[in-house]
Amino acid sequence: MWVFLATEVLFFGGLILAYAVYRHAYPQGFAEAARHTSIAIGTCNTAVLLTSSFLVAWAVAAARARLGRIAAVLCWGAAALGVAFLVLKAIEYRTEYAEHLVPGLNLDLTAPNAAATSLFFSFYFAATGLHGIHVTIGIAALMVLGLRARAGRYSETYHSPMTVGALYWHFVDLVWVFLFALIYLPGRAP
Amino acid sequence: MTGWKPPRALVVSWLGLIGLLTLTVAAAYQPLGAFNTVVAMTIALAKAVLIAAVFMDLWRGKALTLVFAGAGFFWLALMLWLAFADYMTRPDFPPQGGLFG
Repeated sequence: MWVFLATEVLFFGGLILAYAVYRHAYPQGFAEAARHTSIAIGTCNTAVLLTSSFLVAWAVAAARARLGRIAAVLCWGAAALGVAFLVLKAIEYRTEYAEHLVPGLNLDLTAPNAAATSLFFSFYFAATGLHGIHVTIGIAALMVLGLRARAGRYSETYHSPMTVGALYWHFVDLVWVFLFALIYLPGRAP
Repeated sequence: MTGWKPPRALVVSWLGLIGLLTLTVAAAYQPLGAFNTVVAMTIALAKAVLIAAVFMDLWRGKALTLVFAGAGFFWLALMLWLAFADYMTRPDFPPQGGLFG
């Protein structure tokens, strides 16, 4: 699993490198564009994912202690938080569509700062879109793990599926921590 | 079964993560100039270390697990370092036209 996660680090790392290069080239423009994102939704979603990760880590401990029912509830709780994350993200996408911030769809290329705004929001949609797909896969995995934990399949000696599924979810959380810092925080200071 | 509590390390880490999130949002609104980015990335890194060490259980992981977990970040660091060695020194060696021309 860690080998797979290493490939995932470089997968998202490539996107972050592209972001870093263009932010270096257009520092003012990126700060200006980042101010258009919703810090309220971004912060709330970060808290949601951090909490869901906590529940999953707790679920692993519960599964190892043969507390299958508790582990199941924790997995499903984390999955529900994952759904909440996606719903908030969808609301945010809708606002951005309404504000004409979607490159290639309705971004106004004649506006001042259009080049940097277009680059920033291209990164934004590519990175959060890919991350959203990861969240969706993670939710499905957590649902199945919850079912299996409830059936009492895991114990101190056999808990690999649970541990591996949890690693995946924590990784998705970890990626979001960096995306949050790169997308929502720049350009906020007066 | 009843009264079962989460491991203490997980609760402390979770509270720490939420605390760091509050701190990073507050810091983003302080006029620190270029240090805003430094602070934001340092706090992001601190959160990542907490998640990897406690939630992903690396703090009691085997040496081999640590090597594999570190490998991804090692190659990422190489990629960012070499790419920036290029982009940051481009103004010193002006190209004919192009992105910075």
